[in-house]
Amino acid sequence: MSVLVYAESIDGTFHKPAFEALTYGFDLAEKLGLPLHVVSISNVAISNIDELGKYGATHFITIVEPKLLNFYSGSFATALSAAVNQVNATIVILSASFAGKSIAPRLAARWGASVVNNVSGLPNTEDGFVVKKSIYSGKGFGYFNILAPNKVISIGINSYHVTERQANLTTDVLNVEFSAQDFPLTVTETERQKGKINLTEAERVVSAGRGMKGAENWGMVEELADLLNAATACSKPVSDVGWRPHSEHVGQTGITIAPNLYIAIGISGAIQHLAGVSNSKVIVVINKDKDAPFFKAADYGIVGDAFDVLPKLIEAAKKVKANS
Amino acid sequence: MKILLCASVTPDTTAKINFTADKKSLEQANVTFILNPYDDHALASAMNIKEANNAYLTVVHVGDKSAEPILRKVLAVGADEAILINATPYNAQYVAQLIAEIVKQNQYDLIITGRESIDFNGAELCDLLAEYVGIPSIAYVSHIDITPDTIKLKRFIDGGEQNLELANTPIVISATKELAEPKIPNMRGIMSAKSKPLTVLEPTNLINMVELVEFEAPIAKSGVKLIEAENAGQLIDILHNDIKII
Repeated sequence: MSVLVYAESIDGTFHKPAFEALTYGFDLAEKLGLPLHVVSISNVAISNIDELGKYGATHFITIVEPKLLNFYSGSFATALSAAVNQVNATIVILSASFAGKSIAPRLAARWGASVVNNVSGLPNTEDGFVVKKSIYSGKGFGYFNILAPNKVISIGINSYHVTERQANLTTDVLNVEFSAQDFPLTVTETERQKGKINLTEAERVVSAGRGMKGAENWGMVEELADLLNAATACSKPVSDVGWRPHSEHVGQTGITIAPNLYIAIGISGAIQHLAGVSNSKVIVVINKDKDAPFFKAADYGIVGDAFDVLPKLIEAAKKVKANS
Repeated sequence: MKILLCASVTPDTTAKINFTADKKSLEQANVTFILNPYDDHALASAMNIKEANNAYLTVVHVGDKSAEPILRKVLAVGADEAILINATPYNAQYVAQLIAEIVKQNQYDLIITGRESIDFNGAELCDLLAEYVGIPSIAYVSHIDITPDTIKLKRFIDGGEQNLELANTPIVISATKELAEPKIPNMRGIMSAKSKPLTVLEPTNLINMVELVEFEAPIAKSGVKLIEAENAGQLIDILHNDIKII
């Protein structure tokens, strides 16, 4: 019996979701008194692998196969199944990224395990294996007891505090046998967002709504975001009219986020919007309507016009940045 | 060509979510149930493909008979038949195993579902079903183009988007809202939906391996601390010096 963490990489580099999954795996293994193993897939540079040692892992398995450079849930499930067998894993931890949320069910179905995506917090193991997850797009939580002996769970992004614990890492290369059905797809083009903070992973998010009156006024929003090292986001009406791309829409039918800081400018706070952002740790609302429902869900609020308030925030943020 | 839409029923996006006193169920009073919004995008895409390829579209739902009006609406949009598997949809794994039996009996060319349901947000059905049936799956699809030999797709990946090509063989995909704009049924569709077949099947015996223990409401914020608009810069000081998150 052991805990196996899949450390997800993008173009050979590990990101925060991998460190979250690894910290979670370390804490869970310690809680259950089980050994911890970490596995990565495809060509991660040695210097990047060493980075995983910072999060307490001591045994690392790498699976190298050039065809795995293109993500496919089926081939990744084959790779992880081989790692599961290698270390006799009973619990597999992934990140609840796009890739993680589709590998987890593939792997579970193949392995005869149970799967729960988007878990937050360690399980309660007093009477079973009870995990907590955000449901109704953030409008509630559910506690689920995973009865199957083998379990696959993915950890919500920004839901688990990363802890650094230096450890010495030993690395094994695992050779995996693949079949033709592991590689049904050909990738013809990949577009990566360059130079932008990934909205799902962002620790700070500056978001704006119809109160900005038009796409041409987003310069101030972007400037504030830039100063705070934050990602930009928007409400549904804004992406619907095309002021901002759909990829920035946070809310019940958009992206669900859980940053440390969420600043909402000119967003009234419709229930569908609140659903997608309610797991943010600190919420700041700026709105000229003092009765905007968003103020009820906020920690800090400013009643005022975005066009008066934003320049003041930008000025103050510049001062902070200059002094740090 | 045969298409299968896997549809779930969720509270309306504007619904306030409250739980019963025993914390075991959703308080259903004042909640309107709808076709899961992502499944609505999947339905629209399925209709576009059906029309271009003269395909037969089946919708399958796991749940109780209260879903009938929603399934009739899917038929009104243009699906040809509905299958209701009369079982509690405990979780995606339970649902996927029930739907896999239907798929094995019927040989669909394309199986489509929403990227996730807006109730349990699992995003698990697409890959579970594909694995149980033994066919490829692509989740988070934003564009699809089917030719006699190939299926060309665009999908979301972490930090970007990607164009793909697969051989035209049976596949499961999950729809994002970019895939197709939802369609509104017309009067002719509504009239014809009444006579389209809706088959109710009883589930086979399966054991549910993920049990709900209880629901919990989020903790409400303790109250907003207001800052005067003239002194808006104070906010930055608080965030930087007091709570240290910038």
